[in-house]
Amino acid sequence: MAAIQFSEEKLNKVKEIVARYPEGKQKSALIPVLHLAQEEFDGWLSSDTMDYVASLLQLKPIEVYEVATFYSMFNLKPVGKFLFEVCQTGPCMVSGSDQIIDYIKNKLGIGVGETTPDGMFTLKTVECLGACGYAPMMQLGKHFREHLTPARVDEIIAECRAKAN
Amino acid sequence: MGRKLLLEKAHIEGIRYYDTYRSNGGYAAAEKALKSMGPEGVLEEVKKSGLRGRGGAGFPTGMKWSFIAKPEGVPRYLVCNADESEPGTFKDRYLMEFIPHLLIEGLLISSFTLGANAAYIYIRGEYAWIPDILEQAIAEAKNKGWLGKNILGTGFDLEIYVQRGAGAYICGEETALLESLEGKRGNPRIKPPFPAVKGLWGCPTVVNNVETLAAVVPIVNIGGDEYIKYGIGKSTGTKLISACGNINKPGVYEIEMNISVEEFIYSDEYCGGIKNGKRLKACIPGGSSVPVLPANLLLKTAKGETRMMTYESLNDGGFATGSMLGSGGFIVMDEDQCIVRNTLTFARFYHHESCGQCSPCREGTGWMKKVLHNIEYGKGKMSDIDLLWDIQRKIEGNTICPLGDAAAWPVAAAIRHFRDEFEWHVKNPDEALTRNFGLAHYADPIPVPEPAATV
Ligand SMILES: Cc1cc2nc3c(=O)[nH]c(=O)nc-3n(C[C@H](O)[C@H](O)[C@H](O)COP(=O)(O)O)c2cc1C
Ligand code: SF4
Ligand code: FES
Repeated sequence: MAAIQFSEEKLNKVKEIVARYPEGKQKSALIPVLHLAQEEFDGWLSSDTMDYVASLLQLKPIEVYEVATFYSMFNLKPVGKFLFEVCQTGPCMVSGSDQIIDYIKNKLGIGVGETTPDGMFTLKTVECLGACGYAPMMQLGKHFREHLTPARVDEIIAECRAKAN
Repeated sequence: MGRKLLLEKAHIEGIRYYDTYRSNGGYAAAEKALKSMGPEGVLEEVKKSGLRGRGGAGFPTGMKWSFIAKPEGVPRYLVCNADESEPGTFKDRYLMEFIPHLLIEGLLISSFTLGANAAYIYIRGEYAWIPDILEQAIAEAKNKGWLGKNILGTGFDLEIYVQRGAGAYICGEETALLESLEGKRGNPRIKPPFPAVKGLWGCPTVVNNVETLAAVVPIVNIGGDEYIKYGIGKSTGTKLISACGNINKPGVYEIEMNISVEEFIYSDEYCGGIKNGKRLKACIPGGSSVPVLPANLLLKTAKGETRMMTYESLNDGGFATGSMLGSGGFIVMDEDQCIVRNTLTFARFYHHESCGQCSPCREGTGWMKKVLHNIEYGKGKMSDIDLLWDIQRKIEGNTICPLGDAAAWPVAAAIRHFRDEFEWHVKNPDEALTRNFGLAHYADPIPVPEPAATV
């Protein structure tokens, strides 16, 4: 992997984020900058990435680890190119999320928390994402995929495969 | 048709953008507030309106605002709680996505009233596309002179920033939110001091829900006296309800708080009835934390009165036979749903989301999850039901923040109203794996004594 280093553009973004807070409160920028780093460096936060963020914001590495381990959106292990985060909480469950999760498992031949051998897909179950009225649903990258059915899942998988090529 | 105050214009093509919002009466309230009413005038109207916090607790907003400390030379902050993570709740998302300027205008008026020169919108990280919408609205408003320095020549300055969370329900709790905004783990703080005295970076801070701040706009427009005419008693104004589960028309509805629960579920204007012609079994009317009610206690109170979509009526009967309006996350379950399984998903949710500071919450939520898991998967014992009851009792009231209570209540209510379903699971472990208990008697009307025959 290339050295952990933000582009000029991303460094400017970091500056812009830090400027949102009063003088000396740049620690507040930590979560937004971790999001940036995760997007930039393969969808997860390695300890090198976290150390880099610490140095950018003049924090102790431990301050970054503490936070990265607390929030469930930060991946501390490598993930596939496409991360399927399927909601399994009550409202989704009563709308059929169990069946969708089973369908994805069979279709991709992986269990929850696993990645396909080609490194394409990771399946994760998550708790309520605020889309309960459009259930079953999952998060894929920046967006939600809602009203899932087996046919919709097939389409999404095909769409991802096409994107990867 | 019910009258609307927040979403009335949400369907107008292009309302997401400044020009359309403005030409449809947008920012008129901000102009009125800043130019003619002044902070005292706005506070007075908000107090008169009886507006109660829409984030779940229902605390009067005017009163909360009047508590903010005003030490000389110390900045004050307004923080908008857009963490929206209570299962069943997705109303703030709708408002931010479709009519973002309403929130920006509400933030402007509210910041002006509180004397805050910076406001932060803390939005749950998973709503990853919404910050772009909000930031665009902020940029437009700033461009047109509604944000920035010396707004409308009044000498008032305001900047609004959007901050994303990263997946933690607990950051909806206001002090955990402030910790998170300071770049830390979302561990709730011990209160007092309250945020109104020591909040963000130790400065006086008000935290309000998205919908609460948006509601300030119509209150300024029509006045507090007019606002209270939309509703009953202390449930003034309109409320956004996010309806989900086994209904024909899930979605976000703005209701006047004067309709019955029955009308909300069965009328075509709202949920449109239960899906696939099934019967109603149970409902959680205010987000996963509030007590679940069987159909017979949902539509009518234990006294046999029609239950209304208001704070008071939903709470009628206390926790014995009532529930709460909470965040307005309205979860409907039909006759095919399993109460044990649903309760298990909530217990798992709270265990996952516990920040871990207090042992009753950290350990208790884990035990509840395990015990419920055993019952659901045919390995339960009769004594487990009492064990569950005991655990939830030991969590409630013994923790730093209300997440402990929020985890305890759904379990308590499920056992209170659906004990026979838990017992059936224990007695019929194999059958419980293949079918659900069904409707049982939960939809039966509550027996009401016959009136004395008239002679
Ligand atoms: C565990 C927990 C989660 C909460 N989540 C939210 C939330 O997602 N959104 C929200 O507005 N309030 C939430 N609250 C309530 C806030 O602590 C706070 O009362 C609210 O933001 C105040 O705003 P309001 O007075 O306008 O309702 C939560 C409270 C607790 C205890
Ligand atoms: S009650 Fe639970 S979530 Fe709240 S502070 Fe204690 S451990 Fe954390
Ligand atoms: S329960 Fe799945 S999005 Fe809310």
